[in-house]
Amino acid sequence: MEKSINVTLKIWRQAGPKVKGNFEIYKLDNVSTDSSFLEMIDILNEQLIKERKEPIAFDHDCREGICGMCSMYINGQPHGPDGEITTCQLHMRNFHDGQTITVEPWRSAAFPVIKDLMVDRGAFDKIIQAGGFVSINTGGIPDGNAIPIGKNVADEAMDAASCIGCGACVATCKNGSAMLFVSAKVSQLALLPQGRVEAAHRAKLMVAKMDELGFGNCTNTGACEAECPKNVSISHIARLNREYLSAKFQD
Amino acid sequence: MATKQDSTKVEETKIDARIPEGALAEKWNNYKAQQKLVNPSNKRRLDVIVVGTGLAGASAAASMAEMGFNVLNFCIQDSPRRAHSIAAQGGINAAKNYQNDGDSVYRLFYDTIKGGDYRAREANVYRLAEVSNGIIDQCVAQGVPFAREYGGLLDNRSFGGAQVSRTFYAKGQTGQQLLLGAYSALSRQIGKGAVKLYSRYEMLDVVVIEGRARGIIARNLVTGKVERFFAHAVVVGTGGYGNTFFLSTNAMNSNGSALVQMYKKGAYFANPAYAQIHPTCIPVHGEFQSKLTLMSESLRNDGRIWVPKKKEDSEAIRAGKKKATDLTEEERDYYLERRYPAFGNLVPRDVASRAAKERCDAGFGVGNTGLAVYLDFSDAIKRLGENVVRARYGNLFQMYEKIVDDNPYNTPMMIYPAIHYTMGGIWVDYELQTSVKGLFCIGEANFSDHGANRLGASALMQGLADGYFVLPYTIQNYLADQIQVPRLSTELPEFAEAEKGVNDKINKLMNINGKKSVDSIHRELGLIMWDFVGMGRNKAGLETALEKIKEVRAEFWSNVYIPGKEADLNNELEKALRLADFIEIGELMARDALMREESCGGHFREEYQTPEGEALRNDEDFAFASCWKFAGEGNEPVLLKEALEYEFIHRQQRNYKS
Repeated sequence: MEKSINVTLKIWRQAGPKVKGNFEIYKLDNVSTDSSFLEMIDILNEQLIKERKEPIAFDHDCREGICGMCSMYINGQPHGPDGEITTCQLHMRNFHDGQTITVEPWRSAAFPVIKDLMVDRGAFDKIIQAGGFVSINTGGIPDGNAIPIGKNVADEAMDAASCIGCGACVATCKNGSAMLFVSAKVSQLALLPQGRVEAAHRAKLMVAKMDELGFGNCTNTGACEAECPKNVSISHIARLNREYLSAKFQD
Repeated sequence: MATKQDSTKVEETKIDARIPEGALAEKWNNYKAQQKLVNPSNKRRLDVIVVGTGLAGASAAASMAEMGFNVLNFCIQDSPRRAHSIAAQGGINAAKNYQNDGDSVYRLFYDTIKGGDYRAREANVYRLAEVSNGIIDQCVAQGVPFAREYGGLLDNRSFGGAQVSRTFYAKGQTGQQLLLGAYSALSRQIGKGAVKLYSRYEMLDVVVIEGRARGIIARNLVTGKVERFFAHAVVVGTGGYGNTFFLSTNAMNSNGSALVQMYKKGAYFANPAYAQIHPTCIPVHGEFQSKLTLMSESLRNDGRIWVPKKKEDSEAIRAGKKKATDLTEEERDYYLERRYPAFGNLVPRDVASRAAKERCDAGFGVGNTGLAVYLDFSDAIKRLGENVVRARYGNLFQMYEKIVDDNPYNTPMMIYPAIHYTMGGIWVDYELQTSVKGLFCIGEANFSDHGANRLGASALMQGLADGYFVLPYTIQNYLADQIQVPRLSTELPEFAEAEKGVNDKINKLMNINGKKSVDSIHRELGLIMWDFVGMGRNKAGLETALEKIKEVRAEFWSNVYIPGKEADLNNELEKALRLADFIEIGELMARDALMREESCGGHFREEYQTPEGEALRNDEDFAFASCWKFAGEGNEPVLLKEALEYEFIHRQQRNYKS
C-alpha cells in the first residue's frame, strides 16, 4: 500500500569531466512509496529549481527498463537494491523511512563522468562498431524461414540479446571488465547460423577493441551476472572464450 | 452537413502526392523501374544528413551508407541504440502467410487501410504491405532472434484489427531486437567510416538554401555549442509528438521539435489531430508521475478485458471492500466480447480505448480512481498453464509487478488508455519527400501510412520499410539531380541566419528568469490536451483548449525559469526548447481536431457518432488529409487539402462486430 517516507540523499555532484566532484546532502520529505526512484529525483530537482539551484544531471529516457540509459549506483549497487531491474524501475517502496541513500555515477575508467550522475558509455558503441554485427547489406536476402533454427537455440540467443547496454556489469566489476557485455553479443551471433560464419573473427575484433578502450580483465567473480538487470548469464563468457581461442588457433 | 470553421483559412492549391501510374500492385515496381539512380562514384560525393537513430533513422542511415552515400547521423541520446523504438514490445507485421491462414499482401494492405479508418493513401499502404516480407528476411539475416516454433520456423501471434496471425515477435521485446539489428548495421557503417555519428546532438533548425534543404543547425548537448552541418539532402526520423500530453508512453526525451522546425521552414504538418490512445497502459497513480507504461497489445491475445456488471460491485472495489477475484463469471461484463463478437478482445486500439472510457465514464471503472478496467489472464492460465503464460508474457508481467506491486498471475491487471503514438506528422509525397525539396521525413515523424489509426505491430513495420526499402531508393530520384552541387560552405548567409535564430531563441529563454519550472508548465499543457484534445473531443472543448493553450504559451514565454548556463550541459534548457514546440503542436492538434467535423479512427468528435457510439465518418466532406502550412509567427496557419481518392477500395463503415 502507498505511504510516505522521508529520506536523506547523498548525491554525487560534478560540474564537468575535468572538475573535482563531491557529495551533496539533500533532505526530501513525504516521498510516496509508489513513486519510482527517478520520480523521486524529479521531485528533488523541482525543489532545487525552486531554490534557483542547478538540478542534478542524470541519464534517463524510456523509464520502462529497456533503453539502458539510466545508470545510478545506489547504496553501493548499480540500479539499486531490487533485483532484475534498472534504476527507472526501482520504486521507493524498497527504502524505509529515515534512510540515507547514496547515489553515485557508474565508476569505471572506461566510462568518464560527463556531469553529476551522467557518464560517457561511448566505449560500448565502439566495441559494437568493431565487430558486433553480421556483415550483410540491405536487400538480396533469402527467405526468413530458409534456415530452420531450433527453438532452444533461438531462445538462448534471445536471452543473450536481452542486454540493454546499460553498463551495470562494468560498474559493478572490481576490474571494470566489459566481458559480460561483449560476450552477450558474441554469443547471440555465434549461436545463430546467420552469425556463425564470422563468430571467431568477431570475438577477436571485439575483445581487441575492449582491451584498447581500457576495460579490465575478467577474473570470474560473477558480480556482473548478479547485477545485470536483464539476467544475462556468465555462461556467455565461456562461449566468448571458446570463440576467442578458436580465432587464436586460426592465426 | 459540415460547415467550415470560420477561422480556418483554406488554400485551394491541389496537393500532388506524385503517386505513380498503374494498377495498385504495379505502382512500386513501375516507380523503381523508372526512377533515376546515382552511380557509385557520384554517391561518394553526396552527403546525406539523417536525424534520428530509431528504426527508421538507423535503417536509412545504414542502408544509404552501404550504397555508398556519405552519411551524417544525429541522435539526442548517448548511443543510437537507445532511440525509443527500443521500447516497442509486441511485434512486427508482415504478409508472409507462414501460418497458412489466408494472409496476403492485399489483406495486410486492406486491414491497414480499414484500421486507419480509410484516411490513409492507398498507394503508400500497398507499398508498405509489399515490402513487409523483405523486412523479416533482412532482420533474420542480421541475427534478430525472433521467436520460433519447435520445428525451427518463425512463430507468429495475433494483433488487433486482423483475423490472421501475421505478427513476428521476440519475446515482449521486439522493438529492442529490431532496433539492435538496425543499430548493428549502422555500427558496421560507422566502423567503416561511411557514417559519421553525432550522439548527444539535437537538431534545432533546418537550413534551406534557394528552396532546398541543405543542412541543419544542431546543439552539442554536452558542451552547449550550436553547430552548422551541410548536406545535399536532409532526412528526419525523430518520431512522434505524443509527449505534447506530458504523460504518455513515449520516452522522456521524445519530442516533436524537428517537426516544428520543418513546419516553420515550409513543410506541411498533416493530420496533427490523429493521435493514438493505447488501450492497455498502467493507470495513472499520482501527481508526481513522470510517464505512463504500456502493456503490450499482445496481451490481448490471451487476456480478457472486463469490468463488473453491477455498479455496486465497481463501487465496492473502488472502496477496497471487494476484490476482482471475488466476482463470479456472471458478475463480470466482458464488454469487448459483448460488443464486438467477431474481433472480441482484439478490436483495434481506438475502438478498445473508447470502450474502456465509455465503461469508466458510466461508473463501472475499477482501481482507486475508477479510471481502470481489468485485463484478466485467469482463463489463459487455466487453459495453457502458468508456464506457457510466463514464457509468452513473463517480462511484461514482471514489469507490471515492479510498478504496481501486484502479481498479475493471481489477480487481474488493471489498465487504462494512454497516449502512445501519433499518426499525424510531416506531410510527405510518395517519395517520402516533404513540401520542401531535399527534405525527407520517415517513420512515425511522417503522416503517411496509418491514416486515422495505426494497427498494432505496424509501427515497426513502417519504420523499417521507410528506412531499409523505400527511402534509400526514392532519395536517389532527388539526389541524381544534385550531383553537380558541390559541398556548400556552412559560412553561407543562410547558415549564419539559421544559427542566429537558434541562438536568439536560446538567449530569450535563458533571460526570462521567471518562477515556474519547465515541467510544471508542461504538466499544465498536458492536462489541457488530455481533457479537451484526448479520447473524446467536441467543439466547445476544443475551443476552450485553443484559449487555454494561448494562456500556457504566454505563461511559458514570460514566467519560465531555466537554471544553469546555455554553453553547458543543460537539461532544463533542452526541455524548454522542446516545450516551446509542444505548445505549437498542441495548438495545431486542437485546431485540426476542431476543423475535422467527423469522427474517424483515433479522432473521436462526440457530436459525430452512430447510435451505437461508434465513430461516424463523413466521407463527403472530410475524405482528405489536412495539411497545415505555416503562415508566420503569430498568424493562423493555412489549411491545404490532399484529397484521398480511393481507386481500389470501397470505403465502408468499419465493422468489427460480425
